[in-house]
Amino acid sequence: MSTAPVVVAGASMAGLRTAEQLRAAGWTGPITLVGDEPHAPYNRPPLSKEVLAGKAGFDSLAFRPRAAVADVEWRLGTSVVRADLARQAVELSDGGSLSYTALVAATGMRPRRLRCPGPTAGRHTVRTLDDAQALREALTAPGVRVVVVGAGFIGCEVAATAMALGAAEVTVVDPLPLPMAGPLGELLGGALKRRHEQRGVRFALGCGVTGFEGEGRVTGVALADGRVLPADVVVESVGSIANTEWLDGNGLDLADGVLTDEHLRVGGRPEVVAVGDVARFPNARYDGVPRRVEHWSIPTDTAKHAARVLVAHLAGTQHGLDPFAPLPTFWSDQHDFRLQSFGAPALGREDVRVLDGDPDGDVLVGYHHRDRLIGVVALGGQQAAAAAARYRAELLRQPAPTA
Amino acid sequence: MQVVVDMNKCQDHGQCVFAAPDVFSFDETGRLAYVADPDEALRADVEEAADVCPLQAIRIEG
Ligand SMILES: Cc1cc2nc3c(=O)[nH]c(=O)nc-3n(C[C@H](O)[C@H](O)[C@H](O)COP(=O)(O)OP(=O)(O)OC[C@H]3O[C@@H](n4cnc5c(N)ncnc54)[C@H](O)[C@@H]3O)c2cc1C
Repeated sequence: MSTAPVVVAGASMAGLRTAEQLRAAGWTGPITLVGDEPHAPYNRPPLSKEVLAGKAGFDSLAFRPRAAVADVEWRLGTSVVRADLARQAVELSDGGSLSYTALVAATGMRPRRLRCPGPTAGRHTVRTLDDAQALREALTAPGVRVVVVGAGFIGCEVAATAMALGAAEVTVVDPLPLPMAGPLGELLGGALKRRHEQRGVRFALGCGVTGFEGEGRVTGVALADGRVLPADVVVESVGSIANTEWLDGNGLDLADGVLTDEHLRVGGRPEVVAVGDVARFPNARYDGVPRRVEHWSIPTDTAKHAARVLVAHLAGTQHGLDPFAPLPTFWSDQHDFRLQSFGAPALGREDVRVLDGDPDGDVLVGYHHRDRLIGVVALGGQQAAAAAARYRAELLRQPAPTA
Repeated sequence: MQVVVDMNKCQDHGQCVFAAPDVFSFDETGRLAYVADPDEALRADVEEAADVCPLQAIRIEG
């Protein structure tokens, strides 16, 4: 009898990295990756930056898989519609089903959509290659007026790219008073707002969207204060929803992504793990509260840990690993400046100090929890990034504070 | 262990400088500098640096 494969649901960055790490950890058996997108795994960050701007082609996005995964089976353009964890099997959208030896949940997120009334044509999101292609087409039409709903990272990146592409007007709307203030706090939120405004981006902050105007196609965005912003292109960047419906009915906690234990295992089952954006894991470096982390560094970090835990289980040995405790890192490119984050700034928003430079130039900001450095964010050029590296030892020091 | 950075790809993020400060740094002009044959004891740091490079510009040989 041949061994059932390790089935990886979701064939993007986290799925690919997990397949690679399964091989690195010694799994020589079959691996099947099932992904609902038609594309082989590709890199998402450029979709709101270089590639949207046309500075790099869509063909530059593909990941180069490691040689060790040359023999894995790809089921692209196919989704997992249901999993039966008790029977160790999944059902696929093409009507087939697969038994598995181990299951990896790597199905990521999809954009949340606004549910206010109005036409849908002319409204975009940015998650997939296809999304970015459609948005690029819309943004490169001459003289477009762009309204970006949601002043988070992706919204601010898209606003910057739209300016670079020559949009006539770019306005960012958000019910919060400052851009990116949720993850970064007021000091950097304010600094970022000024930098965007100096480069021509407008803001309508402290004000939600109540509806979209237009017959058949959006022509304006109605705000709660009664204003209507004329718009040819609307981008909705209002957060994301975890793709977990396929796991329903197995008694799992899917309230916000797939809840895992301290080794990324799911539902008390040693043969099921979750990785990447969809995993809600406790980070032993911080307070141990399970959280999803939508950073590019997480697919690789989770893949390494989960693969070692799985392979040890499949080999009937002890993994001997400490609880998962990644140091999250994140970057964002907007206009001519870059943000880089190390650690967990959001957990230290109450105590923010400038560590180096000043908020209108290159600056390094420290986030503290109970007087202890828990995250740093560099804004500006290499000087700020180099300054961040000086705090590495402090950020890595264990044990970290508990809440 | 040999480290090779594709300087045509590198965009000076400095994620590697953070991950492996004994191997990667910025020189006075702000360009990335690195030790091409770091000590084996630094392998875990260098692998971390290669993994976190947003441009995937770092290769480890040997
Ligand atoms: C526009 C954009 C810009 C970003 N910029 C940055 C940045 O500058 N810096 C940074 O640190 N991070 C950034 N990120 C975040 C980073 O790209 C993500 O954290 C990363 O892509 C997560 O990878 P993942 O594999 O976990 O999830 P995803 O990439 O979402 O992959 C999940 C895959 O599973 C598929 N899938 C879903 N349901 C099913 C199913 N039932 N069956 C089969 N397949 C399914 C999905 O279609 C998708 O292909 C950005 C993200 C986006 C969207």
